[in-house]
Amino acid sequence: MSSTLSKETSDSATETHGDTEAVQNPVERFLRTKRMPHIWCPGCGIGTTVNCFARAIQQCGVDLDKLSIVSGIGCTGRVAGYLDLDSFHTTHGRPIPFATGLKLANPELKVVVYSGDGDLIAIGGNHFIHAARRNADITVICVNNFNYAMTGGQAGPTTPLDAVGTTAPYGVCERPFNLPFLAESCGAVYVARWTTYHVRQITKAMVEAIDKKGFSFVEIIAPCPTLYERRNRLGTGLDRMKWFKENSVIRNGVDTRYCDIGFQQEIVCGKFVDIDRPSLLEMTEAKMVDLLSKRRWEEIAKRQQKPLGGVHTKE
Amino acid sequence: MDNQAAASTITNKQTAGEPRKARGRVSIIVERCKGCAYCVEFCPLGVLVMSPDFNSKGYHYPTVIHAEKCSGCDLCGMYCPDFAICGSRQPTKE
Amino acid sequence: MSGNGSGALVGAHYLDGDHAAAEGAISAGCNFVAGYPITPSTEVVERLAGRFPNTGGKFIQMEDEIASSIAIQGAVWGGAKAMTVSSGPGISLMMEHIGLAAMTEVPCVIINVQRGGPSTGLPTLPAQADMMQARWGSHGDYEIIALSPNSPQECFNLVIHAFNLSEQYRVPVLFMMDESVGHMTERVVIPPQDEVEVVPRRFTKLPPGEYRPFETDEDLVPEMTKAGEGHRIHITGLTHDEQGYPVMNAKCQDKLVKRLVDKIRKNAGEISLYHEDGVNDADVVVMTYGITSRVAMRAIREARKAGIKVGHLRLVVVWPFPEKYVRRLARRIEAFVVPEINLGQVVLEVERCTAGKCETVPVQHAGGTVHDPRAIYDAIVEAAR
Repeated sequence: MSSTLSKETSDSATETHGDTEAVQNPVERFLRTKRMPHIWCPGCGIGTTVNCFARAIQQCGVDLDKLSIVSGIGCTGRVAGYLDLDSFHTTHGRPIPFATGLKLANPELKVVVYSGDGDLIAIGGNHFIHAARRNADITVICVNNFNYAMTGGQAGPTTPLDAVGTTAPYGVCERPFNLPFLAESCGAVYVARWTTYHVRQITKAMVEAIDKKGFSFVEIIAPCPTLYERRNRLGTGLDRMKWFKENSVIRNGVDTRYCDIGFQQEIVCGKFVDIDRPSLLEMTEAKMVDLLSKRRWEEIAKRQQKPLGGVHTKE
Repeated sequence: MDNQAAASTITNKQTAGEPRKARGRVSIIVERCKGCAYCVEFCPLGVLVMSPDFNSKGYHYPTVIHAEKCSGCDLCGMYCPDFAICGSRQPTKE
Repeated sequence: MSGNGSGALVGAHYLDGDHAAAEGAISAGCNFVAGYPITPSTEVVERLAGRFPNTGGKFIQMEDEIASSIAIQGAVWGGAKAMTVSSGPGISLMMEHIGLAAMTEVPCVIINVQRGGPSTGLPTLPAQADMMQARWGSHGDYEIIALSPNSPQECFNLVIHAFNLSEQYRVPVLFMMDESVGHMTERVVIPPQDEVEVVPRRFTKLPPGEYRPFETDEDLVPEMTKAGEGHRIHITGLTHDEQGYPVMNAKCQDKLVKRLVDKIRKNAGEISLYHEDGVNDADVVVMTYGITSRVAMRAIREARKAGIKVGHLRLVVVWPFPEKYVRRLARRIEAFVVPEINLGQVVLEVERCTAGKCETVPVQHAGGTVHDPRAIYDAIVEAAR
């Protein structure tokens, strides 16, 4: 085995079995391969979720030129940099309002927010609840690794009670959020939770969430072997994944109030909410049609659809 | 998949003198691997094992130990956080 | 969404500054506003909420100013021409995102209808105490453009100019009104659309693969695009290269941040805008901006009657500060008199630029009302001595 650094895509670094030519990973075309390897730690669950996401966007057949990904700050926030899509790496806690503006300006876009527990729920909590309330037509994928990983493993609003973090060295004294419950109570139309063990289910949930009109939310419990697992003596990433396999229980449709996560307690997974209600844009349009008359509104809507410009604008 | 049943099937065929052609194949980009071993653990057919060798960053990477068992299901690829491995079906030959 | 100012209320109206600013945005082709209520700026968004459906724009009241200031940036990347509106406490909340807009070069307008501060201060009364914040409020090195209208008509005209500057330089532009100008009602003439000069956004014509979102030539301003064009852009607030990808080192920082700053500094001559009256043979120059300029006119008139050769230099573009001109003037005149409704902000720039070559006389005011013209008159007389 050569001890020199070899480029990721060169054949000499690729082992193939069963055939002599290297097979291109079908996920490659969704990645900014020049930016590989990514910054995530060995065993980090984020990469697994991105794998699922790539498969999901392949399956749902969305036009990749029209898919925009918005992330915040944190380890999960780096996802935007690695996907070969229009990607926006915004400020801490604020991908959701950015996404709301983006989608309102161009409703033809499919907008996915991809960020972490601290970013979306602590500093971004206010935006989360309002976007769900409004039923903004965006998909929010929240990778929950129970801490602020990028900054070194501080406790956050999803860290289980009694678990430790660098800012809670004696153990967390606050009850964490139950994210599916929070999302449902604020009006999300699609709510699901899986762990990174459930790769097939994550992919399916992402497909459903992306196709869903309105505010769809997918929580993915992921290992953070370098920080959360290490500080709480929960083993390696692999130990954690095996733990997810043994200790998660699938309860589709269960009342989300029973989805609390205690420290090293079972994790309830499944699709909990899948309802229909008009999105933000639909509500606005319905009001205008009500007030003005359909024909008058269509005249106005035509003006709204006329875009500001761009290379591929169809006049 | 029941590993035991698959193993015994292969063993039977092997003792009968016919090598079984694998339905799938695995591609590994060694330099991307960070040695998490998810692929090894979650391969339903026991195709992979962690190699005693390591890449230039010092990580042990997976290597195929039972190529003939591979079904090309790509579960290894789905789990891999580093896009370092993928499974695919062998192209069918006439 | 329509960007051609359709639905403009052509004609003469009797409007206050807030309403005029809203109409200016409409005439400029603004089609996305995200805002949050805060006195004395609320009327701007209230008017837009009512007018927008008709003009082809979208308005959303966000949950706070932080959300508003980034929702407009999302909208710009979706192709919209966007603006937000606030006052002191809300502008303070928006500071991080003003930095983001400067760093990612997002053209947008942020209206600050200044009120008494600090903190909750005097919500219904005027001040001009956010001028330094407009320039330095966000962290790090960056430059913005800030304008200061002194009448409802200027609120209309200069909002259009603000949008034009934002598109030309791909930079956030702060529109520094104040409660006096915002709530005074005067005649505002809205011209027909063909008489309104609107600088279009410089969308790139380069295909995907060739286009780089932060690559520039000598003018230091990159071409723009929007999501959905196939360019697969990456936009980040991290220090980035021409492609937009984060590069975490001093070399990239030097290249990027210097360009962001030079983009405005090197073009300061073009961007600068001021009105002069009697400056050419003046011994004393009164430098003003915003509502104070109108109060100062009275003082200047009286001072001239008293035989003092006093000129009036009214800044319309306050940032970038007209450094070169002020330095030149300082060599010729006796003194600058700088009345502002704050305890000394723009006067600090004057002091810096005059470098002692002439006197600088501040006329401070803690806020809550406009100056008594006598205070400015006394300062002129003192300066002329």
